[in-house]
Amino acid sequence: MKSWIEKQRHLIDFTLSSLLRRRGRNLGLLVVYSLLVFVLASAMLYSHALRREAAVILEGAPEVVLQRLVAGRHDLIPPGYIDKIGQMRGVQDIRGRLWGYYYDSVVKANYTFMVPADGSVAKGALVVGPALARQRGLEANTGVSFRAYSGELRSFIIADVLPQASEIASADLILINEDDFRAFFNYPAGHYTDVALTVANAKEVRNVANKLSKLLPDSRPILREEMQRTYASLFDWREGIMLALLSAAILAFAILAWEKASGLSADEKREIGILKAIGWETGDVIRMKLWEGGLISLTAFLLGFVAAYVHVFKFGAPLFAPVLKGWAVLYPRFDLVPVIDGLQVATLFFFTVFPYMAAVLVPIWRAAVTDPDAVMRS
Amino acid sequence: MIELRDVKKAFNQGQHNEVWALSGISLGIEAKRVTALRGPSGSGKTTLLTLIGCLARPTSGRVTLHGRDISGLPERFLTEIRRKTFGFVFQQFNLVKGLSAIENVMLPAYPTGRPHRELAQRAEALLERLRLAHRRDARAEWLSGGEQQRVAIARALINDPEVLVADEPTANLDTALAKEFMAILESFGAEGRTVILTSHDPLVTESAVVGRLVDMRDGLLVEHHE
Ligand SMILES: Nc1ncnc2c1ncn2[C@@H]1O[C@H](COP(=O)(O)OP(=O)(O)OP(=O)(O)O)[C@@H](O)[C@H]1O
Ligand SMILES: [Mg+2]
Repeated sequence: MKSWIEKQRHLIDFTLSSLLRRRGRNLGLLVVYSLLVFVLASAMLYSHALRREAAVILEGAPEVVLQRLVAGRHDLIPPGYIDKIGQMRGVQDIRGRLWGYYYDSVVKANYTFMVPADGSVAKGALVVGPALARQRGLEANTGVSFRAYSGELRSFIIADVLPQASEIASADLILINEDDFRAFFNYPAGHYTDVALTVANAKEVRNVANKLSKLLPDSRPILREEMQRTYASLFDWREGIMLALLSAAILAFAILAWEKASGLSADEKREIGILKAIGWETGDVIRMKLWEGGLISLTAFLLGFVAAYVHVFKFGAPLFAPVLKGWAVLYPRFDLVPVIDGLQVATLFFFTVFPYMAAVLVPIWRAAVTDPDAVMRS
Repeated sequence: MIELRDVKKAFNQGQHNEVWALSGISLGIEAKRVTALRGPSGSGKTTLLTLIGCLARPTSGRVTLHGRDISGLPERFLTEIRRKTFGFVFQQFNLVKGLSAIENVMLPAYPTGRPHRELAQRAEALLERLRLAHRRDARAEWLSGGEQQRVAIARALINDPEVLVADEPTANLDTALAKEFMAILESFGAEGRTVILTSHDPLVTESAVVGRLVDMRDGLLVEHHE
């Protein structure tokens, strides 16, 4: 047993030194391979996180949001506007919402200030999102001040920090008391940002929207199901991209594997011959070469995956910018919450490491079974 | 210790390019002696050496080692016997490029699973003995022909084999280096190691170190000089 372990150690040592000896070639291989894993893993992590974010957002969204438009642009809801809607069949609840963006010049970031529907934030208090808390070093019962639109500095006490359930929904969110909100932004009394309508019966939603459009021609109702559809089409499109990426990647991979499969270098073959002649078994040679392939593919997998993780969750997947632009209509910026799905990782692993190992095994096996006396005649 | 009985070896048997490299050889090789195979090119010396050294199996006939028939053993067992019993010095030396001298020496011992430190010590001692200690970290391709051969000899000895097998050991060496090789060979003879080599270099075959000379021609033994 001990000598078995020792033997594996020798094999690994030898493998590492062979990898270093053919540094250029192996580095090239590693780069291509890591890149492949990177692209696939990015697409995978990104789509998975996106779906999750969408689910989290839509879960809490009202069925209909009504915006008022002035010359095609989103404008405030004036007083009395909500009363015009009055009683409408199928609508459980109508509620004016107050929210807005704020640019914090201290950390050069945009926040979303919002008044919670349940009025749960006391005057002078704030509840902040996790990203913001991190940026400004805030925790419960600490103080923070922001420069209000009037120009004066206003201080608040942090009542709580939101849990990191969804970055899109809450990362840069600040929950504030209604009076504070109006005072802070100089928000005209009786005005609202938009109107949220709760409709219990999904079949009524279209009717409600139609009635709203007729009743208030200067408004635009946004339906949750429409948002769902937007997301869905976004995903479909992205899945199309992913499929294209996938087939390109698989093609590249096939070429790579073929390159490997179509032959070991003359040097490698000679080396295998020497090893066999001096007493290495076919199995030892294959094992050594498998360690080699395994080390390359595992390293590539790890590098590619970690790079993809950083790309998607730290930098917001800049390579997927076109898709992100679609999102920016709804949200000005967002960082995805890191989510890793074990099954997905396993799938990716299976589709990258496994075929590579299979592809390298064939030529190795062919070289390793050559007669050991061949070396005598070179 | 090694007996060959009516050993024949064909290459590409049954094909149009069939060659009979050995056409019936019976030969006993005694332990603790230096045996040299001599003969013109193509006479089958190398082929015979591969059969003796368990690198290949005869087409027909028997090869026994210490009375045990090894001609029909599967490759796995042959490899193990080869590793334990034989050390090889090839004509082209066949060092692995890119590896240092000492790594090359240690290579045949890796599958044995002996601890690394023990191996390194033994390799070091062998290089010392062959006056190569100062070149231990030099890469194989930086070594001169003579140095390469001595590394190859050290490599052949790392598993402490009973038998040293050398194919044309002086073919790539000048006279001075060939003489040096004979001196090393002499020390093996004095140690009582079994050596089997092929050569058509008179410097080797006429040497007093060679205890027994076997002449070959056209895949057959010519006659015995004792
Ligand atoms: N793998 C092979 N395939 C076909 N023919 C072979 C093979 N190996 C050897 N032969 C043939 O077998 C015969 C004996 O070859 P061998 O190499 O044993 O001769 P040798 O005495 O060692 O010659 P040299 O002095 O040139 O090394 C030669 O005719 C050679 O062409
Ligand atoms: Mg020969």
